[in-house]
Amino acid sequence: MDAGLDKVDAIFEKETAIIDGVDISGPWNRMFKERVIWEYTPELIDKVADLPGGESFAWCYQCAKCIPVCPVDMVGNYGPRKLYRMAQTGTDLHKSEELWLCTTCANCLRVCKKVVDMVQIMPAVREQAVLDGNVPEELQKAFEDTAKFGNPLGQGQRKRAAWTKKSDVPVPIMKKHGQPVDVLWYVGSYPSYHPRGIDAALAAARIFNALGIDFGILGPEEKDDGDTQRLAGESGLFEMLAEHNIAMFNKYEWNTLVVTGPHELNAFKKEYPKLGFDRSALHYTQFLVQHLDQLKPMLKHEIKATVTFHDPCYLGRHHGEYDAPRELLRAIPGLELVEMGRCRENGYCCGGGGGGMWLDSFTQNHTTMRLSERRVLEAVAYGAEILAVCCPFEVSRFEDAAKSTGNDQLKVLDILELLDQSMRG
Amino acid sequence: MNIVVAIKHIPSLADELEVNDEGTNLDYDMVDFVLNEFDEQAIEQAVLVKEASGGAVTVVGVDVIEELDGVLHTALAKGADKAVKIVGDLEPGIDSHTHARWLADAIKEMDADIILTGVQAADDLDGQIGPMLAAHLDMPYLGVVTGVEVAHRVATLYKEYAGGMMGKYAVSLPLVVGVQAATKPPRYAPISKIRQIAKTAVIEEIEVDDDGPGAAVMLRKMSPPVSTGHANMLPGDAEAVAEKIIAIIKERGLL
Repeated sequence: MDAGLDKVDAIFEKETAIIDGVDISGPWNRMFKERVIWEYTPELIDKVADLPGGESFAWCYQCAKCIPVCPVDMVGNYGPRKLYRMAQTGTDLHKSEELWLCTTCANCLRVCKKVVDMVQIMPAVREQAVLDGNVPEELQKAFEDTAKFGNPLGQGQRKRAAWTKKSDVPVPIMKKHGQPVDVLWYVGSYPSYHPRGIDAALAAARIFNALGIDFGILGPEEKDDGDTQRLAGESGLFEMLAEHNIAMFNKYEWNTLVVTGPHELNAFKKEYPKLGFDRSALHYTQFLVQHLDQLKPMLKHEIKATVTFHDPCYLGRHHGEYDAPRELLRAIPGLELVEMGRCRENGYCCGGGGGGMWLDSFTQNHTTMRLSERRVLEAVAYGAEILAVCCPFEVSRFEDAAKSTGNDQLKVLDILELLDQSMRG
Repeated sequence: MNIVVAIKHIPSLADELEVNDEGTNLDYDMVDFVLNEFDEQAIEQAVLVKEASGGAVTVVGVDVIEELDGVLHTALAKGADKAVKIVGDLEPGIDSHTHARWLADAIKEMDADIILTGVQAADDLDGQIGPMLAAHLDMPYLGVVTGVEVAHRVATLYKEYAGGMMGKYAVSLPLVVGVQAATKPPRYAPISKIRQIAKTAVIEEIEVDDDGPGAAVMLRKMSPPVSTGHANMLPGDAEAVAEKIIAIIKERGLL
């Protein structure tokens, strides 16, 4: 054995030791004085954690795993770890503009070892902010329009089925239809009113008819699902809309509830059951994939294009559905599907969730570019000619982003539109 | 200080407006009703005055289609203290004279110090409710107001003029104000608060009889405007379009 290592001086311990008047007796690593952390504001963390739903905010141990996956941080300075640190050092989240930037995309929750859940925390704090009258103006307009007209676009409730007049196939409206249907199709606000959303609704109507599906819509009896308003802090508005929609769902006989949008899927599967709705729902991609054998021979026309697919946060991470949309896209002849780096479980966010849809200008002041613009740049970098989507928030968001980033050549199409194109040529 | 806001429930312009079969008015069965947006401003201004100078806000309106409760509950959620609705066997399309008379009769019982109402409403663009209320109540009226402050029984009013000019008035209470815009944008009333209030609030009711048109003015015919011409889009590149424009100008003898 090396002579230099076996000859270690014994550690000399004293019963008591007083050095320069300070008693340093005890284990070698003891704290001599209690550290006073006077510069921290734990009460501002408690203010969040004390709210029902806000509890997990206090569990953050600052590991920062959430930061590289936060879509807002990618175009700004954000993420749960940073919000916790801000609260710890004097920021009242209830009053801070940072409160409105989270899109509740849940990518942080996916990697968080402490299960700090912004999908619960954000609506809890925002609800208080709304009650205190701290609502960004743009968002207030969306709330008011939803309360007045049943949709955030401020369009008349009576006009909700006006899009069906443009349809070249029948779209039965339950009230007039007067008989049970196999599929109750909840169309949603954007597919009912937004010009580009209507394109997807018309495509869906043609596909359902081609497949011989016995379906109907609620039309003027349908109101916005309200889930995104809930996540933006308006739980009362959500409850009001949910009570209405549940009553309408229960008014008619149907077997399967199919929705156009992932946010509606979340509403009907996770939130409406808390208010007594006891039936399930399918996103249209999940529904159509069940009919793939029948659908495939109808997809006769090639779409020769490089296509990439944007996973909607509320279909992917929130409901674990990654394959149905891809299976539908792969069924289209000629179409080459390429994946972006941020896909599936790590999919990027379009910026529309959690109220972001109605906070575009507000968010602009806190980010270097829109999340939708960041995503469009990624799609272009992967050589996509078409960005395929299946959430009604996304078509308009990405089309605008393609224009604003000078990428007009990138087409943004709903999977419904692509299927319809392949069917009709 | 008793602050009163007179409001009006009107057809929503978000709906497709249709004329009834007789062609005499809107088909009121085919439209939803909303609060007149200028009245929303008046409610906000009333609550701001109350917050700054004290007092109580009473909101009063004619319940034309028996759906005014929601509007009144919202006003209470925003800070109004009392809600009153004028009820009866009513049909939509009540003219401003009748509206003003009923509102004035109700307000006479309220010992009002300041009455705020929207400067006009989108249904008739009449702008007469405020002035007629003032006439019935024998009070001064100032319209197109964009700010109200009250101190020592004097109201300081800011009135908007054309060309970006602003007038500042001092008027002794009581008076009637036609509100163009409140000092701040109308606040948001959370739905949970409105729903809470809806469970407990008591809305006072005043009965009236609809005894026909208030003025000797009858609406005889209503129709959508007939389009008499339309723009003609000239296709082609800039040079071709320019040539066509010149040809048209020459053809019409304008050159």
